[in-house]
Amino acid sequence: MSWTEDQPMVSIKDVYKSFDKLEVLKGVSFDVMKGEVICIIGPSGSGKSTLIRCINALNPINSGSIKVEGQEVNDPHLDKLELRKKVGMVFQQYNLFPHKTALQNIMMAPMQVLKQDKDEVEQRAHGLMRKVRLEGKEHSYPGELSGGQQQRVAIARSLAMNPDVMLFDEVTAALDPETVKEVLVTIKELAEDGMTCMLVTHEMGFAREVADHIYFTDRGVIVEHGEPATFFDQAKDERTKEFLGQIL
Amino acid sequence: MVELVRQRNAIPGLSAPTTSDLAVLKPFQLASSNDKLNQIAFCEWLGNRSPSHMVLFLLLFVLVSFPALAAGGYGIEKAMDALFRWMPFLLSKGFLFNVLISVLVMLIGTAVGALVGLGQISLFKPLRIFCWSITQFFRNSPWLVLLFIVMLAFPFEINIGGLTIPVPDWMKAVIGLSLPIMANIAEIVRGAVQSVPTGQWEAAESLAFSRTKTLWQIILPQCFKRMIPPWMNWYAILTMATPLVSILGVEDILRLSRDAMEAEGNNPALLMPFYSFILILFFIYCYPIAKWTQRLERKFNVKT
Repeated sequence: MSWTEDQPMVSIKDVYKSFDKLEVLKGVSFDVMKGEVICIIGPSGSGKSTLIRCINALNPINSGSIKVEGQEVNDPHLDKLELRKKVGMVFQQYNLFPHKTALQNIMMAPMQVLKQDKDEVEQRAHGLMRKVRLEGKEHSYPGELSGGQQQRVAIARSLAMNPDVMLFDEVTAALDPETVKEVLVTIKELAEDGMTCMLVTHEMGFAREVADHIYFTDRGVIVEHGEPATFFDQAKDERTKEFLGQIL
Repeated sequence: MVELVRQRNAIPGLSAPTTSDLAVLKPFQLASSNDKLNQIAFCEWLGNRSPSHMVLFLLLFVLVSFPALAAGGYGIEKAMDALFRWMPFLLSKGFLFNVLISVLVMLIGTAVGALVGLGQISLFKPLRIFCWSITQFFRNSPWLVLLFIVMLAFPFEINIGGLTIPVPDWMKAVIGLSLPIMANIAEIVRGAVQSVPTGQWEAAESLAFSRTKTLWQIILPQCFKRMIPPWMNWYAILTMATPLVSILGVEDILRLSRDAMEAEGNNPALLMPFYSFILILFFIYCYPIAKWTQRLERKFNVKT
């Protein structure tokens, strides 16, 4: 594997994906460099979530190529577990393990999958709880935490695997408006630390603030993309304008 | 010619005049369709009674029937006397054996059923289909028929190398009852695993958990609690079905009671006390299990 840091961390080329007869992605291509933060926006059903789920092989693609650090994802011999150690993912519904405490949720994967030392993992987990500002909640069960707190535990759980790229799939869509901010602050700090992030989001203000690049998808294709300032203020395509007009 | 054939196929007494003056037993027929309706209505009514009603009903039944029997020459006192004499034997040799059978069946049924249930969610299609088929087959078979088949088809001893292991009837009965229990436990396991939201699988997958690790460390611990109430329910059903084995000659409580009554001279006055005793024993054993199951069910429902 001759991947170097000056090459794209995630390289998506001409990706097609369909569920039975429904075509969801119809030729999507773009690159994400190390340390870059990109936001994918677009109307619901435009294939945003599907695209992001294809990157860590939760959904297989029909044709095209997705490379993560030079490793081809669209390969029947792909070692999915190796890929997923490099790619962290946070879901809309948090999906914390309800039978484990916040701290155990964070510690589980490094201990069971990476077979790391328990004391070392525990120390790191405490650090991550501090990082997502949840000190004192280490021994709470997911059911005892608010949506925003659960989502921050979920972010910490992904970070515990030391991923190279983080995928966020509409992580604030299920939250109360007042808890959205605390999650966004966490992601923003992560981005400032230099983590490569790919976000699917409906938070336009946030996208404008943190993203290096915005991609607008509609009906399975990327309609328009650009840096936040140009994208939001000087959208050229009619569909983008219409979408932004409805949202902003 | 045709007339001759018809006459030859005719059944004397039914479709042809009687050819003998001996009594002929005609097929059983209900007096009228109205009676049939009444019978079903009674069963429905009985099925809808609460347990406390059932106890009252049982007591009433026993109370009403005893004086009726006492009118005969063999008194109720004598019958009760006989029952009390036999009670320790029936309890220790009979009922405890039923309990032992139920425990063994449950152990085997749970162990094999859990494997078959997990087989149904395997990614390997032939295994999945195989496990699904045997589950459906044994879930939808009458228990008594399964018992008969195992009883007749199973050898009475097994030869392994030079070693001969005898297989007594009661062990065959355990195997026979294990089959439907296995199938129902398999359904419980499959249902519980599939009741866990797919998000849990996805979260574990995206943390690089393998499928086996996901199942054992994330999915099964979550649905274990959910499996307990239906599992206990099946244990109660199984326990109540154990007297079936008496038909096959296994010396369970029902069989021993009949032996006891035989030894007491087979007087009809013995029937009610002895059979009521069996009913009450099973009720005392199974009713707390049913209540406990309900409590656990409520508790787990509230928590999740």
